[in-house]
Amino acid sequence: MSEITRSKAANKRAERAREKTAPLGDDIDLAAYSQEAEEHPYEEDPSRLQPQAKERILEAGVVLDDYSQRSGTFLQVDHSIVHSKAGQEGLEVMSTVKALEEYPWLEDYWWRAVAVDADKFTAQAELHQNHGYFIRALPGVKAVQPIQACLYIAQHGLAQNVHNIVIAEEGSELHIITGCATAQVIEREGLHIGISEFYVKKGAKLTFTMIHNWAPKMAVRPRSGIIVEEGGIFLSNYISLKPVRTLQMYPTAQCIGENALVRFNSVLVASPGTTLDVGARAILGARGTRAEVISRAITTGGTIIARGHLVGQVTEVKGHLECRGLILSEEGKIHAIPELEGLVDGVDLSHEAAVGKIAEEEIEYLMARGLSRDQAVAAIVRGFLSVDIEGLPPQLEAELQRAVEFSEKELL
Amino acid sequence: MLEVEGLTVEVEGKEIIHDISLNVDVGETLVLFGPNGSGKTTLLMAIMGIPRYRVTKGRVVFKGQDITRLPVDERARLGMGILFQRPPVVRGIKTREMVKACLGDREDGYVIEQMAQRLNLVELLDREVNYGFSGGEVKRSELLQLMAQGPEFVLLDEPDSGVDLVNISLVGEMINELLQKDRMRTRTHSGLIITHAGHILDYVNTDKACVLLGGQIWCRGNPREILASIKSHGYEGCAVCQR
Repeated sequence: MSEITRSKAANKRAERAREKTAPLGDDIDLAAYSQEAEEHPYEEDPSRLQPQAKERILEAGVVLDDYSQRSGTFLQVDHSIVHSKAGQEGLEVMSTVKALEEYPWLEDYWWRAVAVDADKFTAQAELHQNHGYFIRALPGVKAVQPIQACLYIAQHGLAQNVHNIVIAEEGSELHIITGCATAQVIEREGLHIGISEFYVKKGAKLTFTMIHNWAPKMAVRPRSGIIVEEGGIFLSNYISLKPVRTLQMYPTAQCIGENALVRFNSVLVASPGTTLDVGARAILGARGTRAEVISRAITTGGTIIARGHLVGQVTEVKGHLECRGLILSEEGKIHAIPELEGLVDGVDLSHEAAVGKIAEEEIEYLMARGLSRDQAVAAIVRGFLSVDIEGLPPQLEAELQRAVEFSEKELL
Repeated sequence: MLEVEGLTVEVEGKEIIHDISLNVDVGETLVLFGPNGSGKTTLLMAIMGIPRYRVTKGRVVFKGQDITRLPVDERARLGMGILFQRPPVVRGIKTREMVKACLGDREDGYVIEQMAQRLNLVELLDREVNYGFSGGEVKRSELLQLMAQGPEFVLLDEPDSGVDLVNISLVGEMINELLQKDRMRTRTHSGLIITHAGHILDYVNTDKACVLLGGQIWCRGNPREILASIKSHGYEGCAVCQR
């Protein structure tokens, strides 16, 4: 892959942060992972990918056989761009490496929403970047269908370091479905570092749905930052139902323009051996900005740390955190850490958190209507995980359903 | 249809109901009066089989079958239904799904809409069960579920509490339907209604009544006579009444 000329300053800062341990999440030995990957050929027609890979990718919400339902597709396998195409006028989909060559101004967006020296993972992404996607909607362009992006790891022991940039220009509308997956080999180890910077311009709307379909030995460290301008809307849906060894992320949205709105939804399931440390932070820096952070967590034996942090920097802002957790096993653990930070008067910040097992009273209520205990528990768990996400393919809904049923079986 | 024989019930180790016997025949409606804390809800919950309400003595016979040790869902499937006074909020489950579950195999979207319309509940169908519902909405949603379930024996725990004047006649109408009050000879449904203030009796005819005081049946008689007496003397009057 061609190294790209970047701001020397960013590079230097990255060099200095090379060994910097992240404040959250288990430390990871970067040297344990390989930086080198075999090249995968570009596919004009991504439906020609191996069926097993397609299946795994489909489970993460990315449809390669019939993309009539998509306004664009980006597919990266290990360090290679396998497919990249926009299917609508005014939308751009390409590798960030290519985008940097094409648009010198993109430098201004590089490491603006995420600090390059935040930790050793951001540093590694700067020093050893392997593509990532650039998705942009030109001013006023409204994507008819979602754009899909998939970051896939096929090679055992690989570190995949991607840097993604998404720009919704003024008045545009974008919906992105990102699926991250690994080949389904139980021993497959790997590290995924994903830098994602989102820029939602004045009056634009960006819906970002990310589905993780990792493997039980994977380590995952996404680092995301979002900047939302006046009247902009950023909606994030995050779903992780499959086992993964360790995943830690804490995306931060800065609402810098008046009346900007951000909403983070996450649905997390941790089975034994899985540790998810997932949060969302919103900095309400302009009048009339609003944020909502909602997470639903189920453990069937793994650990979930559900964080949330709202910062009210100016008056007339409103934010709400909500975490609901269900513990369906003796072993599991859910730790909700909501933080509210009001820096001036006139901020309206609230949170509610509830963690526990399913209330017996609710089970009995459903049983009094004729449902068996198992049916009642299943209905409650299914309801707990039900998320209304527009643009999810039916296969993914089926996948969600399967994951839920699997959790039920573990419990019953 | 329902026979309660010498029933003693405790909640968290404390005996609340002491040796109660009563029976409700096919097509009959029994009304149970009593002040707050007299054990009315406990009795109903024990009849329905909610585990927290533990039967320590006596038995419950339903349609000739001893159901004292039967789990709540099996009682429901035998034809018993309950309107909870304070049902729990069930997050994640929409009222529509709950009604569907009550309909069981007879699941029919059209029927749900129609019933919801009659109960002025159409907007609530897509909200989570009981989440943010007003007192009256809770009652109507409970009735909607019962209508879908169609039990032969209905336990109604304070169906009139928290219901405004506009809606109480609607609630009464639905209860009459549940209890097949439009039929005389062919009526097969029966019920047990708990009421503290008795408002519901302006809309629903009942056949017999009893007063519960301190976990015991204090008196039995005609519903209107008993209600009139409670209205003029209060439950304090019952306590000193020696008739």
